[in-house]
Amino acid sequence: MSDRTPHVDMMRSPLGRARGLGSARAGAAHWWAERITALALVPLSLWFLCAVVRLLGASRQDVVSWMAGPLPIVLMIALVIATFHHLQLGLRVVIEDYVTSDAARIGGVLLVKGLSVLLAIACIVSVLRIGF
Amino acid sequence: MVARNSDGKLIARPLSPHLHVYRWPISMAVSIGHRITGVGLGIGTLLLTWWLVAAAVSDQAFATVQWFLATPIGLLLLFGWTASLWFHFFAGIRHLVWDAGYGFDKPHYDRSGWAVVAATVVATVVLWAIGLAVW
Repeated sequence: MSDRTPHVDMMRSPLGRARGLGSARAGAAHWWAERITALALVPLSLWFLCAVVRLLGASRQDVVSWMAGPLPIVLMIALVIATFHHLQLGLRVVIEDYVTSDAARIGGVLLVKGLSVLLAIACIVSVLRIGF
Repeated sequence: MVARNSDGKLIARPLSPHLHVYRWPISMAVSIGHRITGVGLGIGTLLLTWWLVAAAVSDQAFATVQWFLATPIGLLLLFGWTASLWFHFFAGIRHLVWDAGYGFDKPHYDRSGWAVVAATVVATVVLWAIGLAVW
């Protein structure tokens, strides 16, 4: 054994490798989605922090007239989608790392996904109602 | 610890030493901090949702949110939210740089770990200085 040079056996077909599919059959999709939403959130969260500072202590009328502009309404919806998608992806990893019981882990991931979708819809509907 | 083998059979696996035996290098602290702030920001989305829904519903509902955010508890939550957002923002950029293949050697990630902490402190203080000035 020790006289052989170290090597790695390739257990995946070149086609499977090219498609980025691993043993979990989902490949790097989760990892990529996490990175792409992170990248989108870099400018979006900077913009949102500026908006929050501008709207400190604002009345509802201030918020309504601010949101009526084309830029805030589009960027707010983009921020909400990227945020909740990124959140759901990240919390899933955290739950899968620390929760060992199958039932609690699957239940936790489903709960996080369900809540993220519902909260995201609530945010988007609200943004549209404020903006229109 | 009991786990499953790759053929589904239950086997006893050895445990590695638990976290408390290690020192806390900066890379370890920033790593767990990234997770904790991520979970914290997840809870913070409840605040964002409340704020948006209230603004969509009525003057009174929105006034209630704005009142709550100005209470000591509200301010504490806002402070935690901004500090967490900055930390997760800078630590996240550090992750993206790693993903691009840079900054893996030890002196480099020690420095970038401290840079995340310093940038979080500076950005949080600056944001609150501006915020309190215009509020």
